Amino acid sequence: MAKLKDLASMEDRLVAGHGLCLGCGIPLIFKMVLRATEDPLIIANATGCLEVCTTIFPRTSWNVTWIHSAFENAAATIAGVEAMYKSLKRKGRIPKDKKIKFLGVGGDGGTYDIGLQALSGAVERGHDIVYVCYDNNAYANTGGQRSSATPFGASATTSPEGSQSPGKLQWRKDLTKILVAHNIPYAAQSSPHRWQDLYNKAKKAFETEGPAFLNVLCFCPTEWKYDESQGIRLAQLAADTCIWPLYEVESGKYKVNYKPKEKKPVLEWLKPQGRFRHLFKEENAPILEEFQKQVDRDWEELLKLESF
Amino acid sequence: MSKETWKELTIGTINLDAGNSVKNLTGTWRSGKKPEFIEENCIQCFFCWLYCPHFAILVKDGEVKGINYDYCTGCGICSVECPSKEKSIVMVKEEIELAGGSKK
Ligand SMILES: Cc1ncc(C[n+]2csc(CCOP(=O)(O)OP(=O)(O)O)c2C)c(N)n1
Ligand code: SF4
Ligand code: SF4
Ligand code: SF4
Ligand SMILES: [Mg+2]
Repeated sequence: MAKLKDLASMEDRLVAGHGLCLGCGIPLIFKMVLRATEDPLIIANATGCLEVCTTIFPRTSWNVTWIHSAFENAAATIAGVEAMYKSLKRKGRIPKDKKIKFLGVGGDGGTYDIGLQALSGAVERGHDIVYVCYDNNAYANTGGQRSSATPFGASATTSPEGSQSPGKLQWRKDLTKILVAHNIPYAAQSSPHRWQDLYNKAKKAFETEGPAFLNVLCFCPTEWKYDESQGIRLAQLAADTCIWPLYEVESGKYKVNYKPKEKKPVLEWLKPQGRFRHLFKEENAPILEEFQKQVDRDWEELLKLESF
Repeated sequence: MSKETWKELTIGTINLDAGNSVKNLTGTWRSGKKPEFIEENCIQCFFCWLYCPHFAILVKDGEVKGINYDYCTGCGICSVECPSKEKSIVMVKEEIELAGGSKK
């Protein structure tokens, strides 16, 4: 098993001097993901906080081949790169056994929403790629618009709470299950607070032949509105409340990787976050109740899926 | 170093100077608090290195040695997550000094 001390001595493929916010979860996620392979790596990155803040002109935080994709097509870009290398191998231009890894990266806006068809196409065609979505529950880089990953009841700039609305009215889209429905060899959900879980899943994803997908919950102090020192605490609470279950699906077989000894009420995750503050007003009590019920339903369903 | 303008970029806006963002000193963002490392309490668990968003934990010869204030933004995650019995990283007040933010 990998030791943190050894991982710390590896060269960083994403380096210091990036412009991501104080307390941002994104760099923690990629610190692990990028260590999970030692092969040469090519990355296509959809626009969003990660892309913008790591490549502020004329500098870059990437110590690895990296392509800026448009918002909607990181998966198509990396699929094209993978196909090109395959063709170069076929033509004998590079050795057949040369190992290169291909990674597509996007936020929830660039993955759940506008990039979904590119991703669906790329995995359906069976490209040998890994795609990592860092889900910070909003279009963070453009000021916090709602996405289809934004939780029910959250206040976002395009689903603001107020006298006419209790925040976002729709339940979040379950993207991981959508990827599972593509019958790809590997799909998983993870979180940066459990580094072994994230590292192991990223390693499995890179080692998988064919498409692999990772969906990682990413805390965002700016849009979630909490004290920026508390990100890892919140990530832990998301797992303990079962709001963000850690699980993986290998060739159709579900495995839940973390089952809290005591499932905590969703309130504990919601309370420290300003985007949910209004839910604690008396008139919004039914929203809170509905939130808890839906989380319970989803968790029960996941446990059932695991038992098959 | 000469002034960086778009004229120096390779055609196709390819940046060949991989990792040159290390010239951006994000430590200048700190506003009023900074972490302090207390070596004798440290159990070398590397959680601070793992959880630091700004790559600001100094590691040398396989040991955590302190904070790199050139990059530390003072977010406080390292201190919250430090699990040693007596904290090995504590947040302390810091006088704010206005600085340039770019290494020449
Ligand atoms: C086609 C298109 N529409 C809109 C934008 C503006 N835009 C840039 S980043 C972004 C939000 C990205 O959200 P997400 O993918 O969740 O990443 P995050 O910013 O949260 O990291 C938007 C709307 C764009 N670049 N291209
Ligand atoms: S807005 Fe959120 S996700 Fe974007 S850089 Fe800031 S903390 Fe990170
Ligand atoms: S305060 Fe934040 S940026 Fe500074 S060393 Fe600690 S975790 Fe890193
Ligand atoms: S988290 Fe604390 S105990 Fe662990 S290595 Fe860092 S300073 Fe030492
Ligand atoms: Mg987002």
